Amino acid sequence: MQWETVIGLEIHVQLATKSKIFSGSSTAFGAEPNTQASAVDLALPGTLPVPNEQAFRYAILFGLAIDAEINKRSVFERKNYFYPDLPKGYQTTQLDKPIVGPGHVEVDLPDGSSKTVRIHHAHLEEDAGKSLHEDFHGMSGIDLNRAGTPLIEIVTEPDMRSSEEAVAFAKKLHSIVTSLGICDGDMSQGSMRFDVNISVRPVGQEEYGTRTETKNLNSFRFMERAIKLEVERQIDVIEDGGRIVQETRLYDGDKDLSRSMRSKEEANDYRYFPCPDLLPVVFEDDYIEALKEQMPELPDARKARFVAQYSLSDYDASILSADAATAQYFETVAEHAGDAKLSANWVMGELSGRLNSEDILIQNCPVSAKALGQLVLRVKDGTISSSGAKKVFGILWQGEQNDVDQIIDQEGLKQVSDTGALEAMVDEVLAGMPDQIAQYKAADEKKRKKLMGGFMGPLMKASKGQGNPKLFNEILQRKLNG
Amino acid sequence: MSFSSDDIKNVATLARLHVDEEKVEKLGQDINNILALVDQLKAVDTTGIEPMAHPMDAVQILRADEVTETDQREKFQACAPATEEGLYLVPKVIE
Repeated sequence: MQWETVIGLEIHVQLATKSKIFSGSSTAFGAEPNTQASAVDLALPGTLPVPNEQAFRYAILFGLAIDAEINKRSVFERKNYFYPDLPKGYQTTQLDKPIVGPGHVEVDLPDGSSKTVRIHHAHLEEDAGKSLHEDFHGMSGIDLNRAGTPLIEIVTEPDMRSSEEAVAFAKKLHSIVTSLGICDGDMSQGSMRFDVNISVRPVGQEEYGTRTETKNLNSFRFMERAIKLEVERQIDVIEDGGRIVQETRLYDGDKDLSRSMRSKEEANDYRYFPCPDLLPVVFEDDYIEALKEQMPELPDARKARFVAQYSLSDYDASILSADAATAQYFETVAEHAGDAKLSANWVMGELSGRLNSEDILIQNCPVSAKALGQLVLRVKDGTISSSGAKKVFGILWQGEQNDVDQIIDQEGLKQVSDTGALEAMVDEVLAGMPDQIAQYKAADEKKRKKLMGGFMGPLMKASKGQGNPKLFNEILQRKLNG
Repeated sequence: MSFSSDDIKNVATLARLHVDEEKVEKLGQDINNILALVDQLKAVDTTGIEPMAHPMDAVQILRADEVTETDQREKFQACAPATEEGLYLVPKVIE
């Protein structure tokens, strides 16, 4: 039987505010346990929440970016459950009146087509703390630094039909929230976490199958694997005559396995009710209009601009425009280098490769965009060869030096572009290679190209690697073919 | 709407309350009496009326995004039953 996969996502996005959603505690990552957990975050008796305006601004910006209705009046509810990393015994969240209503996101798919994914709504809520289950004398350790960090939870309609579509959507969403500057996008630190609802149904059937939810996926790769694994599992169960149980599953990326966490049939009854500690939050039209005007450039617009302004290919433009930090880095490089295509190649090639292999975000790149721009300029104007430039890049990467021209001098990488000097070198080298010259002259066009390499080696050696290869090539062509 | 003994036990479990077996029936009756009052309220026609989110006719004041809290971990942990390495310790919980 042919099966169709149906996927819906719930995405938790940590908002990049300085302080928490209901208290003045810092949200900075990596502090000592519980040093950023105030009386409000600890739910000590007598404390009251005061909402952070910036969290609302960010949520509204997101809503505007996905062309959603903004609920001018939104209400907080209590979602009641017991877990030690939630000291109040309830999560303050939104249910009936979320800040962001229905919207949609356009996604470019790997096959070149595009697709609209509908957003059901997005609501504001607080993050929980963290439980550490290492052995503390048979007890669990609780760190409440993360408790109260503002989140928007974005809920999609079940509009995706494959893991590829789900990942393409997730990347687009990442691109939108980082471009808006409302989230740092650092998935390794949990800034974006995905819950994936998956079901399968026979192709042509309208009714959805029973779904399972795989929780807390924090990388695109894990998301893709977890979906593939779950789709295979569901099809196997059904084809073996079984039925799918609605349940929550956990995916272990290191082992590439998933297991059942709890069955939804015995799921919690959260007993939502309006939070009496918080009044309805109301925004006027002009507040929302003012935010609309502050809206930064979004990925789709930026991509179109990159194609128009820098004559980049669609592919290059979509990679360089995907996140705000990469886009800004590229534009600074291009501005200093005065050559967009060459700059694009360096940013997507040498730089991205190095960032990926060392797992560093471009925001923390040891090579400044200005320095890379200067380096690309020196490649462009012929001062150094591309192999010399790679050497300079390696030195810049060490982070101790950032003056490109100084590094070129100190490493003796300046190419000799003095035609007279180069010509003398060519004459000298050719004088010692009569056999090869004869062979070259006897060869056909195609073979000549290959034989040319045989002259370049000794020339580069004679110039101690500093001869301009392009000029060498021109001189050789002239002498051998003339 | 009426509340059965099983409903009482379920709600008690959700609220982490211990209810003695012999009190379950009495509690059920009490709650059903309250629900009967609610049913009277429900008889009112509320078509077209916006549900009330808060009894005060006011809107929420928001605060600026500034860090105003300082680290007071030592004071807070002085009243916790068990702490270690800056963590609050609780009975082991694993789902």
